Amino acid sequence: MGCVESLPYEVIMRDASFKECREYIKSHFSESIDVEPGFKIFDVHTIGVPPIAVGIDGNFVIFPYTKPCHGTFLLRVEDAEEATRLRALKKSR
Amino acid sequence: MAGNDTIAGEAPQIKKTAVLVLGCPQVPVQTSVALYLADKLSGAGIAPVIAGNKAAITLLVVADPKRHYLKEVMDLDRAIAQISDKKRDFDLCFVFIHNDAGVSYAATMAAISKAKIFPVIYGEHWEEMAAQITFPCTKIAVKAVHNPLPIKKIIDEVAPSWAA
Repeated sequence: MGCVESLPYEVIMRDASFKECREYIKSHFSESIDVEPGFKIFDVHTIGVPPIAVGIDGNFVIFPYTKPCHGTFLLRVEDAEEATRLRALKKSR
Repeated sequence: MAGNDTIAGEAPQIKKTAVLVLGCPQVPVQTSVALYLADKLSGAGIAPVIAGNKAAITLLVVADPKRHYLKEVMDLDRAIAQISDKKRDFDLCFVFIHNDAGVSYAATMAAISKAKIFPVIYGEHWEEMAAQITFPCTKIAVKAVHNPLPIKKIIDEVAPSWAA
C-alpha cells in the first residue's frame, strides 16, 4: 500500500464530501477521467462512491483521498508520468 | 480420521469469513458494537477480521486485552489494498458508517469485494447516510450514539441471514 504522505501533494479541499469533490473536478477541469473504487492513482487505492472523478490539468493529477476521521481531501500532485498514464487510459476506453 | 478434523473421504469445511470495516471511533457505540458483532460472528462459525485505523483498533485492543472477542485485526489501508489487488476477500462485510467517509468506504467495499455487504449505520445523521447508500445490501440502520442496544437488536434480527 502506498502512502499519500510520500507524494508532494497540495490540498485543494479538505473535509469535503465525495459528491463535492466530484462536482469540483467536473466544474474546474476540462479534462477528467471516471474510475472505479480501488483504482490505483500513484500507489494509492482510491476510496469513494463510483464513478470517482479524477482531474488532469497539464502535468497535475487531481484526485480524492478519503480518511475515516477527516472525510475526503481533494489533492493535487504534479507528476507528468501519472498524468500521461491517465490520459492514455481515457483514450483507450 | 485423516488429517485435521477431517473424516476420510469428506471434503474439508471451509470456514466463512467476515471483515468489519470500522469508521472514525468518535461515536461511542462503534467499539461496543464491533466487539459484540465479532463475538456473534465467531459464535456462528464465521471468522471475523476487524479493519480500522490506529485509533479505532487501539480502542478495541485495550477493551479486550485477552482477545476473547477480537481475533485478527488489520490496518484499514492494508485491507483495502489486499482486497483491491485480489489477494484476499471475505464472505461478509460490515461497514460502520456515521459520516460521509463511511459511505465512501461502503461503496468501495461493494465495488472491490465479492462479500455480502451489511452497512451498519448509526449516529445523529443516520437517515441522511442511509439514503446515500443505493447499491444492493442489507442495511443495519438506526439512530444510536451512546446506546448500542438499538443496533444490537437489528444485528440479532439479521444474523440468521449470515448463513445464507
